[in-house]
Amino acid sequence: MSILGKLSLDAIPYHEPILVTTFCVIVVGALALAYLLIKYNLLGVLWRDWITSIDHKRLGVMYIVLALIMLLRGFSDAIMMRLQLALATNGDPGYLPPHHYDQVFTAHGVIMIIFMAMPFMIGLMNIVVPLQVGARDVAFPFLNNLSFWLTAGGAILINISLFVGEFAKTGWVAYPPLAGLQFSPDVGVDYYIWALQISGIGTTLTAVNFLVTVFKMRAPGMKLMDMPIFTWTCTWANILIAASFPILTAVLAMLTLDRYLDFHFFTNDGGGNSMMYINLFWAWGHPEVYILVLPAFGIFSEVVSTFTGKRLFGHKSMIWASGAIAILGFIVWLHHFFTMGSSANVNAFFGVATMVISVPTGVKLFNWLFTMYRGRLRVTVPVLWTLGFMVTFTIGGMTGVLLAVPGADYVLHNSLFLIAHFHNTIIGGAVFGYLAGFAFWFPKVMGFHLNVKLGKAAFWCWLIGFFMAFMPLYVLGFLGMTRRLNHTDNPDWNIWLYIALVGAFIIMAGIICQLLQLYVSFRDRAQNLDTTGDPWNGHTLEWSTASPPQYYNFAKIPTISDIDAFTDMKEKGEAYTRHESYEAIHMPKNTASGILISGCITLMGFALIWHIWWLAALGLFGGFVSLVLRAYTKDVDYYVQPDEVARIENAHLDSVAKG
Amino acid sequence: MSTTHLNTHDAHDEHHDHDPAPHNVFGFWLYLMTDCLLFASVFATYAVLFMNTAGGVSGKDIFELDFVAYETAALLLSSITYGFAMICAHNKNKKGTLSWLSVTFLLGAIFIAMEIYEFHHLIVHGNGPQASAFLSAFFALVGTHGLHVTAGLIWMAILMIELVVSGFGSRTVTRLSCLSLFWHFLDVVWICVFTVVYLMGAI
Repeated sequence: MSILGKLSLDAIPYHEPILVTTFCVIVVGALALAYLLIKYNLLGVLWRDWITSIDHKRLGVMYIVLALIMLLRGFSDAIMMRLQLALATNGDPGYLPPHHYDQVFTAHGVIMIIFMAMPFMIGLMNIVVPLQVGARDVAFPFLNNLSFWLTAGGAILINISLFVGEFAKTGWVAYPPLAGLQFSPDVGVDYYIWALQISGIGTTLTAVNFLVTVFKMRAPGMKLMDMPIFTWTCTWANILIAASFPILTAVLAMLTLDRYLDFHFFTNDGGGNSMMYINLFWAWGHPEVYILVLPAFGIFSEVVSTFTGKRLFGHKSMIWASGAIAILGFIVWLHHFFTMGSSANVNAFFGVATMVISVPTGVKLFNWLFTMYRGRLRVTVPVLWTLGFMVTFTIGGMTGVLLAVPGADYVLHNSLFLIAHFHNTIIGGAVFGYLAGFAFWFPKVMGFHLNVKLGKAAFWCWLIGFFMAFMPLYVLGFLGMTRRLNHTDNPDWNIWLYIALVGAFIIMAGIICQLLQLYVSFRDRAQNLDTTGDPWNGHTLEWSTASPPQYYNFAKIPTISDIDAFTDMKEKGEAYTRHESYEAIHMPKNTASGILISGCITLMGFALIWHIWWLAALGLFGGFVSLVLRAYTKDVDYYVQPDEVARIENAHLDSVAKG
Repeated sequence: MSTTHLNTHDAHDEHHDHDPAPHNVFGFWLYLMTDCLLFASVFATYAVLFMNTAGGVSGKDIFELDFVAYETAALLLSSITYGFAMICAHNKNKKGTLSWLSVTFLLGAIFIAMEIYEFHHLIVHGNGPQASAFLSAFFALVGTHGLHVTAGLIWMAILMIELVVSGFGSRTVTRLSCLSLFWHFLDVVWICVFTVVYLMGAI
């Protein structure tokens, strides 16, 4: 074995025109970006204010930027698959050979769940939760920066696999024995393992960080049950992360041992049991979908309450419904493999537990409807996403209840009906929620409004495109088409495959509208500034800050006496009080340790994928030394002086007074 | 303005201060709970796979309870000595803390050395983790615990160096408290390993 392990020039796929073209486009894009950064002298700004930042708001923005980039990558995969399936009918092989197509559907799943949805959710949580509970930052700001860079490290690894070697051909669940060494001897599964492992550790640390933040750092007067609903749903999601991601860490470590050291956890021989992997994987994987969707429910709650100008109906019942979903979400994992052949009683238990989840979810839906009842709903872009969600998600929920019937599942298992169902809930639930949150909090974070016309156009494209792309898949599922097919030869299916392709293109139009929206809104930002910090007449504390918020969030930590804390302050006339003097504020300093440690660990991951053992050891050692050096650093904080605070606060209050 | 000073600011700035003890210890405890679930997953795997010996040895054939009993004694004793170290640390007694930490470190190192000896012994006799699913699960479970103890030893060494070099800084006791939680947690996990793997396996 050479000094570079399994890595050689053969790993570069220069004979694949699609990949070479993609590579060229990315290189040209990167060079253009570098040119602009240098031309406008922004490299220093990027390093000082963003990469090394430990400000939760800036980290949140970086998470969302990562999520949007990964959305483009994951969506390219999606449109490639739809195109292949529309072309590869009646004996035509299409344009994607199976070994490439299999990587595309695996990458699509992993990227959309782990590197699009998760960073989007965590990004919104980063921006909003500390502001909503009246804290100046999260409990461990440096750890927050490290978590982001670990997530980014995983994303970088998975994208390297596009041009160096290959990605897994196993589907996003990587079931052994297919994912074992015997049937997947190449590096694809190793890319999968290390990308998930590194980003998963970042996610676990994020959950710990935010749990400490909400339990220990709430503004005085804010009781636990008085926390805003988005913060509560994030808290349930964080409890789920803390309870389920360690299972993923463990099961990936066992798959690693199987692949690297010939262990026999999941192999066909030596007494291994591959169903053990599938059980453990879904013991993480099922809670994971609630991790994605609970914060989205929180966003819808905030949006409905804000834009009807009313207090959320059933705040407490909403908290407990979320809690019930979180707990039930942990005892339903077996419904992903009813066909494993457990006894009827076992399947019945998991089937019934699954159906029960629709009860607390129904509670939520009715709470939103009751909030709107006799309210005056302002139909803004976030509200459009919310209404679209309520219709779409209800359909997804009903097909879920259908799939939860073990007998029906035996027919529909691994068919396109399942694919339609989970896209129905994840796009119609989680993604619509994040896009609602994006439109809702954008002016808060960036200080200017998003273009409304393009926002509405994006919504309608997404909604219509979604129905056209996925309703045909329900039909195809009933017609017997299974998932992960590379080509088909059933003429009855063709028309539905064509409609689905058209739907995917309409969704693409929606994504283009959103990119245009960002460009146009940035171009015209001077005319659309949010000068008050409270563009929607908001209810919670984040709207009491400037837009974008002061880097220390609150000059004086407010005292809370109501669930809708900011509404309460506005009613009592306590909002926007001008203080005569301020105190110095203690703040943490930015640090390069996060990207340094994560860089070393990512390097270690890459080296392990290619069996470059010396480099792996070097990466691990580098990460360890950076961590210890960080632990010994004493120069980690500073004080914002009172006159500086007064200057910033007065500027904000003057701006509010001018309107 | 001075009214806000009393209740709010100080409480909320604590985490940025040099002595962020309450948040750190609570945060570390939460991390330990995630670690606990990681162990739970490996235990579950062991419970499923321990009978899958693939025609090879089972626990009864390879476990030497006397040896493991001494190993266990070393680790359990190290928890007590760590407790003494913490008493000294709370009294800001540098010499006492260092002495008890040294004893703890030594006992931990004995535990790890015995574990490595046991693993080596099994491997040279053809009972390595590649032999069967039972041995894979055994090595993974005991090895995961062993890796944790090793990490604890490295951490302990780093804290001892910090203590020698700069004495009791404001962060030192917090850090010692976190390691203390970690160390006792590993003891509890070992009691489960000893019971589930060795005692139940030797029956």
